[in-house]
Amino acid sequence: MFGRLTIDAFPFYSAIAASGAAITVLGALSVIALITYLRAWRVVLFDWVSSLDHKKIGIMYVMLALVMLMRGFIDAAMMRSQQAIALGNEGYLPADHFDQIFTSHGTIMIFFMAMPFLSGLINHIMPQQIGARDVAFPFMNAVSLWLTAAGAGLVLISLVIGKFSTAGWSGYPPYSGAEYNPGVGVDYWLWAVLIAGVGSTMSGINFLVTILKCRAPGMHLFRMPLFTWTVFVTSILMIFAFPALTVACGLLALDRTFGMHFFTNAMGGNMMHYVNLFWLWGHPEVYILILPAFGVFSEVVATFSQKRLFGYISLVLATMAIGILSFTVWLHHFFTMGSSADVNSFFGIMTTIIAVPTGVKVFDWLLTMYRGRLIFKPPMLYTIGFLVTFVIGGLSGVLLALPPVDYVMHNTTFLVAHFHNMIIPGVLFGYLAGYMFWFPKAFGFKLNETWGTRSFWCWIVGFYLAFMPLYVLGLKGMPRRMEHYDIAAWQPHLIVAAIGAFIILLGIICLGIQLAVSIRDREQTRDLTGDPWNGRSLEWATSSPPAPYNFAILPNVQSIDAFWDMKHRGVAYQQPDRYVDIALPKNTFIPAFIGGAAFVFGFAVVWYIWWLAVLALVGITLAIIIRASDDETEFVLPAREVQTIEDARFAKLAKAPRNEMVDDPGFAGGSVLEGST
Amino acid sequence: MNEGASATIETAALPFAEARKYEEKAFGFWVYLMSDAIIFALLFATYLVMLDNTAGGPTGQQLFSLERAAGETTLLLLSSTTFGFASVALAASNRPRVLQWLVVTAALGLGFLFLEFGEFNGMIAEGAGPDRSGFLSAFFALVGTHGLHVSVGIIWILVMIGQVLAKGLTRPVASRIMRLGLFWHFLDIIWIGIFSIVYLPGLI
Amino acid sequence: MGQGFAYRLQTVAVATWLTLLSTECGAVTNPVLEPKGPIAHAQRQLLFDAVAIMMIVIVPVFIMAALFTWWYRGTNRNARYMPNLAYYWPAEILIWGVPAGIIFWLSFHLWDGTHRLDPYKGIDPGVAPLQIEAVAQDWKWLFIYPEQNIAVVNELVFPSGRPLAIRITSDTVMNSFVIPALGGQIYAMAGMQTRLHLLADEPGEFWGRNVQYSGRGFADQQFRAIATATEDDFDAWVAKVRASSEALDAAAYEELAKPSTKVPVTYYSGVETSLFDTIIEKWRDGGAAHHVPDTAEAKHAR
Repeated sequence: MFGRLTIDAFPFYSAIAASGAAITVLGALSVIALITYLRAWRVVLFDWVSSLDHKKIGIMYVMLALVMLMRGFIDAAMMRSQQAIALGNEGYLPADHFDQIFTSHGTIMIFFMAMPFLSGLINHIMPQQIGARDVAFPFMNAVSLWLTAAGAGLVLISLVIGKFSTAGWSGYPPYSGAEYNPGVGVDYWLWAVLIAGVGSTMSGINFLVTILKCRAPGMHLFRMPLFTWTVFVTSILMIFAFPALTVACGLLALDRTFGMHFFTNAMGGNMMHYVNLFWLWGHPEVYILILPAFGVFSEVVATFSQKRLFGYISLVLATMAIGILSFTVWLHHFFTMGSSADVNSFFGIMTTIIAVPTGVKVFDWLLTMYRGRLIFKPPMLYTIGFLVTFVIGGLSGVLLALPPVDYVMHNTTFLVAHFHNMIIPGVLFGYLAGYMFWFPKAFGFKLNETWGTRSFWCWIVGFYLAFMPLYVLGLKGMPRRMEHYDIAAWQPHLIVAAIGAFIILLGIICLGIQLAVSIRDREQTRDLTGDPWNGRSLEWATSSPPAPYNFAILPNVQSIDAFWDMKHRGVAYQQPDRYVDIALPKNTFIPAFIGGAAFVFGFAVVWYIWWLAVLALVGITLAIIIRASDDETEFVLPAREVQTIEDARFAKLAKAPRNEMVDDPGFAGGSVLEGST
Repeated sequence: MNEGASATIETAALPFAEARKYEEKAFGFWVYLMSDAIIFALLFATYLVMLDNTAGGPTGQQLFSLERAAGETTLLLLSSTTFGFASVALAASNRPRVLQWLVVTAALGLGFLFLEFGEFNGMIAEGAGPDRSGFLSAFFALVGTHGLHVSVGIIWILVMIGQVLAKGLTRPVASRIMRLGLFWHFLDIIWIGIFSIVYLPGLI
Repeated sequence: MGQGFAYRLQTVAVATWLTLLSTECGAVTNPVLEPKGPIAHAQRQLLFDAVAIMMIVIVPVFIMAALFTWWYRGTNRNARYMPNLAYYWPAEILIWGVPAGIIFWLSFHLWDGTHRLDPYKGIDPGVAPLQIEAVAQDWKWLFIYPEQNIAVVNELVFPSGRPLAIRITSDTVMNSFVIPALGGQIYAMAGMQTRLHLLADEPGEFWGRNVQYSGRGFADQQFRAIATATEDDFDAWVAKVRASSEALDAAAYEELAKPSTKVPVTYYSGVETSLFDTIIEKWRDGGAAHHVPDTAEAKHAR
């Protein structure tokens, strides 16, 4: 009846496991309690959970990402503290726990922090940047969100019922196969990743069709903002890369659940094939993570240099080059698997080539700052911190791209330092910058800048302290994933790294305080015009927060930096004499139901509760059929109501200063109507 | 200010907006098919990589039957033709013919699945199931995934039959049938690949 | 504005690590930067060369970032402000061309280095290599010396100046064999064999280990690699091993292969014929071989 689920699955065998479970359960209960206390169930369910509005979906994605950032960070803090003390002793984390922790840390940060973060920012902003009212497929958009949440749920519940995988976030067989890991851990990992992966594939399709088909009149491809360009290439990568992950993990799941022999040691399995399939996805994935962050940096650096982005065409071409090249380098993740020198050299050279367009972008951003007037708001601080720090990671990447160097550095902490050097200053700083940059747009009030600045300094100092020692340790030969060691020379560096992790913790606390303080002070920091930073692209033309339909009348684009151009031609804030009816998607609970059913399906397969798995699949099928038979999925917002919303907006605009940046000491001068030069 | 008495450009263009919506759905479906094609391509690659990994067990030559493969191919290719007839009838707004050809297509698809099911069953019964060797795992994964897609397609056909019966040949229904057609023909193409790469070489 | 602070911090950080590095010595603690064999030397050289070449790009980034952040800060009205400066083709040529040129130059180093330092390529100072067969197990290393007909667990002894020709396989999950002071790693996989060629220039004691995570005993899967001063010293060690009362026959091997951690150095005076090939073969072609479950893990495995 319950498959292999028994009472032993609960983590009473270990204090640490029990604490983890308790925190997870308490966390869930607190959320429920908070919503109940605020009497917000109606709003939560009927305005948010059932919403198909891309802006709300975007916000929910970012909320998921921030929660999982904390969860993944706890993993990191535990690893750092364990390694700081575990010289010649077992530390406080037995091997089994430590191994689950490094696995869940990587899995959470990539699949349930970074992917939702970028999906959220893209969801909220990209349609506005192209002058659209929503993404092409709002229903599928919501399904993507809830599938991602289902995957995150599986990872979280593994803390409470059963255990998580110890096979690393990449899950190499045969270690991850049924023979060496018969328990539920790897299965939890597999289904969390598979389910979230389907969501990401669908997002890729959605974003691509939106950009190609839903742009406002006059928004030619080469007038799109850089952020949208990076989303465009990212979505192509998502569409082409995620199938490889589905196949890799799907075949591994078949091995584990049905005793097949894709990757087993004996009976004709080929473990090297998994490695190829996984990294065929894995390398494009890291570009999926970084390209939208590059897009954010492009927007931020231009806006806060008060200058046009330098080298637009170069940046677009570089983005495309990175996209194409990302499919030609995957073997560099396993130079040491015994390929011939010719093969290793080819992939090594392709890997170094991909450094070129990335370097071009860095220089173009620096040249944007050149002869600009820099304003050091937190997003700009994160950008400058990125520019300086990311290139160190680029250097270590080029080093690792040399097969003979990789032979000795692979699987050491040098590798760990390299990819964190790319992901933290690159991906995370980009998304934190985007979060702070676009927060006023999403919520209508600004984030507190003092705490934002403090968070930046904690993150960057913490990053250096936490990861530079890992480069050194790699040169000393320390492997990754070690829960104890006996070489005394390693410990000082690990202690410094632990201090760095603590400072990053302070950075995270600053982010939390920033949010709390901003909410408390929101009346004083209202974004009155929708354009708090004297922005350049169309998302700043809408109100903050935008109306459900974004634009009452679709804008007519005539230039790059469309909104800047509109401001200069004096047409940015014009009220039309007539409004139109606007069709909007109706709310529906079906996507959330599908996500819930996917979670149940994953859980059931993990525990071999076959009847429940079948039931969940049937449920999903029925939900899809019901939706596919529904011809009334939209409602019409009558022109009269649009008018009311717009009238209110223009009334607010009349009372607001034309340019909210006027009081900033670095402001380049002139009202927006004159423009600057 | 003005009530919606005189249509604005956008309101008059609502049918145009609707047409765009269907175009977007079709385009999006093509993109989805590309991602599905990649899944199949990788399953083909897996099959080829594991061709010799028979682990002392049976090989393709020993297992595959030309008659059955030919039968499956005939049924599936025929079903694509009959779906084509349904599409023609749809363009001519001929509701009874659409229903008729959809039913025939579903029946042919079920016939295909019946043959395939029998093949799989037979192989498993004689100890050549997917757990026998890497080669067989790859075979079952490739052909089985295709079969799973065909099953989903048949369910979809049944749903569309229901929709045609209930709503008639409305624009949304027609648009869905059109996408179903893309899906069905796509599966046909994949099958041609399977026949050429899996069954034919195994039988030469 | 405190941007200059970031750069000062970075300089301090780099200087500190370099200092920490240089105060330590010995192959045990600094294998990559103080290599003990020609392969590792060449790898280190490649590392240094690449870093030097990349400085052509990295240093300008640091300088520009520092300079621009300071000079073009918004409150500095002395700086020229050109808000529409969005394109300048000489700059484009430079920023595409210089990195491309560097990468082009680097790819020669890459191609050449990868071929010279191919793990499968024998080292050739005119001396016949010492044949070694390495088997990764949970969680230890078994070294078979086929020419001497001895086997050792967790200790690899060889004469300095004599190249090693190591054939590597695994009797369990994927492992990765490395002696960082001597050269790079290569994966060990069941049913397959990989090869690695190493050489120690001078006598010394190094550590080697598995660096591909393989389970609960991974952290302890380390072995000693000892390069003797002379061939005689090596022969003396071989004689010591031969004096052991244990022999690695099929039964003893099966016992050894069971999961265990922190296995002490063990000597075997004789080895089952073609043991290494047998281990590989048992995983191929319908082999009924399968892994002996780890009882310690089974308690918590669900």
